Amino acid sequence: MNIVVCVKQTFDTEAKIVFDSQGRIDPNGVNLIVNPYDEFALEEGIRLKEKFGGTVTAVSMGGARAQEALRTALAMGADKALLVSDPALNDADEWVSTQALAQAISKIPHDIILAGRVAIDDGSSQVCVRLAEELHLPSVSTVLKFSVEGNKVTAVREIDGGTETLEVELPVVLTAQKGINGNEPRYPSVAGIMKAKKKELKTMTLADLGLSALEPKMKISKYDLPAPRQAGKKIPGEPAAAAQELVRLLHEEAKVL
Amino acid sequence: MPKGIWIFVEQRDGQIRKSSFELLSEGRKLADQIGEPLVGVILGQGVETLVKAVAAQGADKVILVENEQLKNYSTGAYTSALNQVIRKGEPQAFLMGNSATGRDLAPRLAQRLGVGLASDCTGIEHDPEKFLVFKRPIYAGKAFAYTGSTARPVLATIRPNTFAIAAADESRQAEVEKETVSVDPADLRAIIKEVALATSKRPELVEADIIVSGGRGMKGPENFTILEQLADVIGAAVGASRAAVDSGWREQKFQVGQTGKTVSPTLYIACGISGAIQHLAGMGSSKFIVAINKDPEANIFNVASYGIVGDLFEVVPLLTEEFKKLVSA
Repeated sequence: MNIVVCVKQTFDTEAKIVFDSQGRIDPNGVNLIVNPYDEFALEEGIRLKEKFGGTVTAVSMGGARAQEALRTALAMGADKALLVSDPALNDADEWVSTQALAQAISKIPHDIILAGRVAIDDGSSQVCVRLAEELHLPSVSTVLKFSVEGNKVTAVREIDGGTETLEVELPVVLTAQKGINGNEPRYPSVAGIMKAKKKELKTMTLADLGLSALEPKMKISKYDLPAPRQAGKKIPGEPAAAAQELVRLLHEEAKVL
Repeated sequence: MPKGIWIFVEQRDGQIRKSSFELLSEGRKLADQIGEPLVGVILGQGVETLVKAVAAQGADKVILVENEQLKNYSTGAYTSALNQVIRKGEPQAFLMGNSATGRDLAPRLAQRLGVGLASDCTGIEHDPEKFLVFKRPIYAGKAFAYTGSTARPVLATIRPNTFAIAAADESRQAEVEKETVSVDPADLRAIIKEVALATSKRPELVEADIIVSGGRGMKGPENFTILEQLADVIGAAVGASRAAVDSGWREQKFQVGQTGKTVSPTLYIACGISGAIQHLAGMGSSKFIVAINKDPEANIFNVASYGIVGDLFEVVPLLTEEFKKLVSA
């Protein structure tokens, strides 16, 4: 089975957001990680390979530092990695990212394409569904669990207030909800890290992919930070009196009840 | 010449979602500012009765697309249908709720149309030069990006609870345009076999006006009963922190925070939650935050509108009793 996992490098969830002199988000000094949802997708990709045989290719887009995320993927058990990297992609929107990734993945054999349901940085939750469309593949998003039998995939996805079970034939794109199939992403072992150093990690530019610079559809005009919240009142007194006072404040002052 | 602000009226089993009414209300204001019509788009089968409610909420026109393939939501059939009506009617903007359906449908539709999409927005401003500027929380709400598109139509999904629902005007009439579409078999490759809806009477977490949430301080799954009792008195949803979910006390779908759901209710009651940066990112835009925690130094108190330093096992049941009195008064 040919498995492709899309991996994005993101800021650590602990990261505080600061801007550089041009008002852009400053990545300097920020610890970078594999997007946590993509780790679940990687784990599933590696388990599929362990069950059915085949190849897991991890694909990412980003600057040179994104190689670290791909090395992590290789250390977890991916066989090969491909980084799409080009200065012309710095202002890529989801459409541009999709064109580049679709071009890259179309050249890799793929029965199943996995990714996290969202990246925790821009939170846009678009590229992998767009990718499915661009590659003319069906997709199931926010998958809680799935199984593969022959050519048939049965997937349970999260919907508002419940779940939906779908059947679809390979090839397919699946986006992983946290905890997909009840699995925990593995930590790379020391042996895995050593092996990863010898595995193929290719970098391709837009020109390598046969693409020229692409004009994004969406443009960000500025960034800002939420207004800091002010600490409010701590309500003193015995629990019974405090509970009574809290309800009074919610009703009379906040007027929420 | 592109025409109008279009709203996707999301319905399930003939019920219009709350977020669609929120969008129609805000869309009405935007349409007036721009001087263009507001159009509601309903997809389904046997859903003509919904036209009245969409008109009452401000739509000048309703595009009704009925087809057996559209009775229940599926990615492919809905993409196929919307692609056809949008190419024909050429709206300026097409707005959807950021529901499970919106998140699944919008990127595929945007890609098929070859246009931009602003997802999970918490604000829309009209700008004479930039047309519509969308405010998007990024890094789970630790920052905002303001984004817009020069191409038309621009697509956007809007986070539930972002806009207030205006009073419906039952005397309003809307022009109804019935459209027929054909669904390409290639769009029907993922087949829905079963839909299982939870039987809970509590509101959906991301749509709820009030959320009662528990963290590590809950000490075990059985103790969430006291939060559920509180929630049911005031019609709240029950959420959880990552610590509670990772301990296996609550299901992942109830997690609030950077690797869970981002919520913005009117009132968020945090019980036994310390207030890690990842959790605050997921609920920091709540209008009022109440914190109940034993530790007076807990970070959650730095963002709480009201706090009680105390044992939640003592405070929460007392609070439930007080709310009962208020509700029955």
